[in-house]
Amino acid sequence: MIELDNVNYSYGGAELLRGVSVQLAPGTFHFLTGPSGAGKTTLIRLCYGALRPTAGQVRVFDTDMTRLDRDQMAMIRRRIGVVHQDCQFLDHLPVADNIALPLIVSGRDVAAEAGNLAELMKWVGLGARADALPPELSGGERQRAALARAVIMSPDVILADEPTGNVDWDMSQRLLQLLVELNRMGKTILVASHDLALIRAAKNQVQARVLRISNKTLQLAGADL
Amino acid sequence: MKRGTIRTFLLGDAQAGRIVPPSGHTAHLTLFVSAAMAFLAVFALALSLAAGRLADRWSSELARSATLRINAPADQRAAQTEVALKILRQTPGVASARALTQEEQAALLAPWFGTDLRLDDLPVPQLIEVTEGEPGYDAAGLRLRLAAAVPGAVLDDHTRWRRPLVQAANSLRRLGWISIALIGGATAAMITLAASAALSANARVIEVLRLVGARDVYIAGAFVRRFTLRTLIGATAGVGFGMAGVLLLPESSPEGGFLTGLGFQGFGWLAPILIPPMGALVAFLATWAAARRRLKELA
Repeated sequence: MIELDNVNYSYGGAELLRGVSVQLAPGTFHFLTGPSGAGKTTLIRLCYGALRPTAGQVRVFDTDMTRLDRDQMAMIRRRIGVVHQDCQFLDHLPVADNIALPLIVSGRDVAAEAGNLAELMKWVGLGARADALPPELSGGERQRAALARAVIMSPDVILADEPTGNVDWDMSQRLLQLLVELNRMGKTILVASHDLALIRAAKNQVQARVLRISNKTLQLAGADL
Repeated sequence: MKRGTIRTFLLGDAQAGRIVPPSGHTAHLTLFVSAAMAFLAVFALALSLAAGRLADRWSSELARSATLRINAPADQRAAQTEVALKILRQTPGVASARALTQEEQAALLAPWFGTDLRLDDLPVPQLIEVTEGEPGYDAAGLRLRLAAAVPGAVLDDHTRWRRPLVQAANSLRRLGWISIALIGGATAAMITLAASAALSANARVIEVLRLVGARDVYIAGAFVRRFTLRTLIGATAGVGFGMAGVLLLPESSPEGGFLTGLGFQGFGWLAPILIPPMGALVAFLATWAAARRRLKELA
């Protein structure tokens, strides 16, 4: 699904990642952990082509991301669901439209998918908040809306960057539950999180592997978590 | 740009318009400027078309006619006129030659001397109107023959004063077209600035759209459609006001000369209708170019 091969990334002369190689096989569940500023977000952004590696290769769906033009990149992004750290909504549109945004921009008939949209919103517990504007949502609601938007195109891969960043424990459990359900449907999941308690909780529900960024390199963490 | 792309731009979908937040007063400014530019374009167009008509008329009418003036003592005037007319009728290339009557000559002088003037009291030369045929006559040869037979005859083929007039009218027409080109250029510059500002102001929106898989064509389309429509609406209003202004100009009349001829005639009235679509096309291209540039910068 997603394959990083000896990827280096530097920004402004400073090296952030070095020699990162990893394969996310279909249907797997990975956590990406490491201290703040270690490069978790950078690695996620490399995976969906928002950043280009300074060396090495990023392959998504067997396509070399560095060779894609802007239109091809847009097409690849429709097949990857991303939950951004800061959610990234259009604040002037109601939540329902924000969740449907990937459908709208890809020219799909939103009216025809209204049923799916309503079901999805119910699944993330936002059925009653369809008409609210993003700034009116709580942190947990925003994260769930972001997750709903990430999965509306039924992507094969879901990348989530600190999806439980600003929410309380109960809410982070609910979000984790949703991600686990998606994984059981066969989706490949990569979750960046520094919350070790959450990772431990997840390991009881799903067979998750933990990748740790430390000292600019990526290692597979052992069972010591 | 493919044809399908253009169609997608113009038709778009209703939802794409809402994706970009409404822009408030900059929308009104775009409307106002395109209306003002279209208003000016109507007058520049009226000027160009009127000057063009004038240049064509002057050059064709005057080129086809000449005047023969016979300065002779009163007692010889009729005889010399007779001889001159005979020579003219024999000259190949002269379609017709006709001596002006006393009344016609009096009418020509009326603006200066009033209508109650008796020409008999003045040493007014006899005028003969010469209309050139196709092909024309040899002016130099005619002058030589006239000089031999009719000593008091002077042939004036109008070229002397015709050329500067036609040149002036042509310059005026050129100025009109240059003005229209400048108005088009200024419109393009203004739309480019407005579109760039709108794209910059919406950088975050564009980033979100890119993240969820929007193609550049889709994002640019939302902006292009908006600016094209605004320009079309503004320019239509501007042309409406401009046409009303032209309608209020005085009717064309012989007394008013060139100034009252300023306006549209016949199919010329259809020309301003082209201004809004042309303005919209300029806006379309300007926004498209600006969007392409900005989108590449915005990752």
